[in-house]
Amino acid sequence: MAQIIDVDGDAAGAAAEGPSGGGAGGADERVAARSPLRQALGRPELGALIGAIALFVFFSLTADAFLRTSSFATVLYSSSTFGIMAVAVALLMIGGEFDLSAGVMVTSASLVAALVSYQLTLNLWVGVAISLVVTLGIGFLNGLLYVKTGLPSFIITLGTFFMLRGLNLGVTKATTGDVATNSVADMDGFEQAKTVFAAQPEIFGVNIYITVFWWLAFIVVATWLLLRTRVGNWIFAVGGAASSARAVGVPVTRTKIGLFMGVAFAAWFSGMHLLFAFPSVQSGEGVGNEFGYIICAVIGGCLLTGGYGSAIGAAIGAFIYGMANKGIVYAGWNPDWFYFFLGVLLLIATIVNLVVRRRAETAT
Amino acid sequence: MRRFHHQKRRGTLAAVAVTGLLALGTLSACSSSGGKEAEEQQSQAAAGGAAAGPRLKIAMITHSGAGDTFWDIVQKGARAAAAKDNVEFLYSADPEGGKQAQLVQAAIDQKVDGIIVTLAKPDALRDVVARAVRAKIPVVTINSGAEESAEFGALVHFGQDETIAGRAAGEQLNKVGAKKAICVIHEQGNVGLEARCAGAQKTFAGQMENLNVQGTNMPQVKSSVTAKLQADKSVDGVLALNADVALTTVDAAKDAGSGAKIATFDMNKQLIAALKDGRIQFAIDQQPYLQGYEAVDELWLYKRNGNILGGGQPVSTGPAIVDKNTAASIEQFADAGTR
Repeated sequence: MAQIIDVDGDAAGAAAEGPSGGGAGGADERVAARSPLRQALGRPELGALIGAIALFVFFSLTADAFLRTSSFATVLYSSSTFGIMAVAVALLMIGGEFDLSAGVMVTSASLVAALVSYQLTLNLWVGVAISLVVTLGIGFLNGLLYVKTGLPSFIITLGTFFMLRGLNLGVTKATTGDVATNSVADMDGFEQAKTVFAAQPEIFGVNIYITVFWWLAFIVVATWLLLRTRVGNWIFAVGGAASSARAVGVPVTRTKIGLFMGVAFAAWFSGMHLLFAFPSVQSGEGVGNEFGYIICAVIGGCLLTGGYGSAIGAAIGAFIYGMANKGIVYAGWNPDWFYFFLGVLLLIATIVNLVVRRRAETAT
Repeated sequence: MRRFHHQKRRGTLAAVAVTGLLALGTLSACSSSGGKEAEEQQSQAAAGGAAAGPRLKIAMITHSGAGDTFWDIVQKGARAAAAKDNVEFLYSADPEGGKQAQLVQAAIDQKVDGIIVTLAKPDALRDVVARAVRAKIPVVTINSGAEESAEFGALVHFGQDETIAGRAAGEQLNKVGAKKAICVIHEQGNVGLEARCAGAQKTFAGQMENLNVQGTNMPQVKSSVTAKLQADKSVDGVLALNADVALTTVDAAKDAGSGAKIATFDMNKQLIAALKDGRIQFAIDQQPYLQGYEAVDELWLYKRNGNILGGGQPVSTGPAIVDKNTAASIEQFADAGTR
């Protein structure tokens, strides 16, 4: 967490203290130079990376079809749909907050775009733009409610989770008379928007979903934001110790609202993929996915208490989730045990992560 | 994770409590007989627009989750019958057995004239259905619970026997020439879905295995089916258990470069186009509209004339097989959202 140091000594110290207390051992230790190896071991994503490699080797040995390039493209697609959200959710969790409304917000975003465009017979891009405004508005509302009431974000977003669930169904039913939107596949702008959000360009003879590349873009931007900008330092600071951060002049309110809006932006993006890959949207979808995002972030090294974690880690977490999810299918294991296997694999990945990090922290 | 669930449950419980209070409030505030409402009802009945006799109040309580196309069609059928029979129709639903039982109890407390209930979780509903019968409220079961219906004291059951429907699907798959098939279960542990696959397995001449997918997440459904088809190139048939999964499966097969023949259960308007152009071979429709319509109509018949359909046997609403040749004939109904 060397990146914290350039903002302000106090905020950095407070943030670094968070999980283990190891970082606050004494002034001497803090200024002492660390070997590159120990620095690498101290990275939040390292444990996840080892877990991912282990899982990859495991499925390569047990499932014949797993190593084919086309199979790998499928695994990456599955990972990317979780990964895009997981990156934004990881930033929010580093900032010390949860968003339980993230899963249904994806559905809301695609419903808004589909309903607005279809009902008013507009070009789909208009719906896409309105959806962006509405979804960012929901994120803003989440953040605003949090900073105004001071209630845990857990409770606030649980409330918005239920509200969105109800709105998704209620509004769709009221406007279309049905529980799914009408197909927008034959409307103006569909093909264009599909190229942006759901294209499958052929690369080395394999069709790879464009979400994989967008996912990489999300990772790069989020990592740059976290490690190379002042905003990144603020995020670590507000998650580690919000009151100390405020005391040294970090704009806590703006940072937190911004993080909720970041999740909303990712939800909008995922929603657009949903709409253009599956042109009619079921209003009841998305429930339960919020846990998937949080799980990815946690496997990737984010702490539930905030102040620690990385965007790359969350991306690797999503990759582990995707590999476990599809690897079980490739391996042809008994489908009745699917969720059991998934749970075991995720638990093992998280434990590996934990062990690696503890080793790194205690080794002197 | 436990905390999450706990919080959610408390949220829902609070919602149920509020609904309950509201229902109580309406009950105590309104007179159950006489007054302006009765007068209006009588004049309405006398006008002969709807069926004769005082207005009945019928409650339907299902195990549906929110936003399910299938249950939307059931409700449309029920409402159509209710409008024709001069019935006030009340609908509520909860996928959890215990909460569904509470909703049935709420209907008993409201002293409705008839109850329509699904027995997806029969044990959770046994006591409350018995209470309704003791309170002399006629009960009709729909969709699930064909075996328990009579035992619990219901008048009649309307539904599709999932095993029989599954067997029909297996036979149809043989006809389209599939040799190795997968059955895509979009809600793991759902008894009805498992029965469909088991039934299909019995009559399907080739080899069939199940695949579990997360039905609330379409990208995951798609990538899982793609993965399965990539893993086993010899799969030449896919049986989906609802229309949305079937349409996603069409894309998944294309991604996997698989020529597998795709078939499905249930119906929606997008499916018709896919049936017409042969992307999907056939659909096994259990006619949900009938389940809603017939249930309300049966309660009306029973109240007015003591009639019971089916002679003590479950009444089948399916399987009705829709394929390339028959798809066009039901297109307009699917467009209207009633098929």
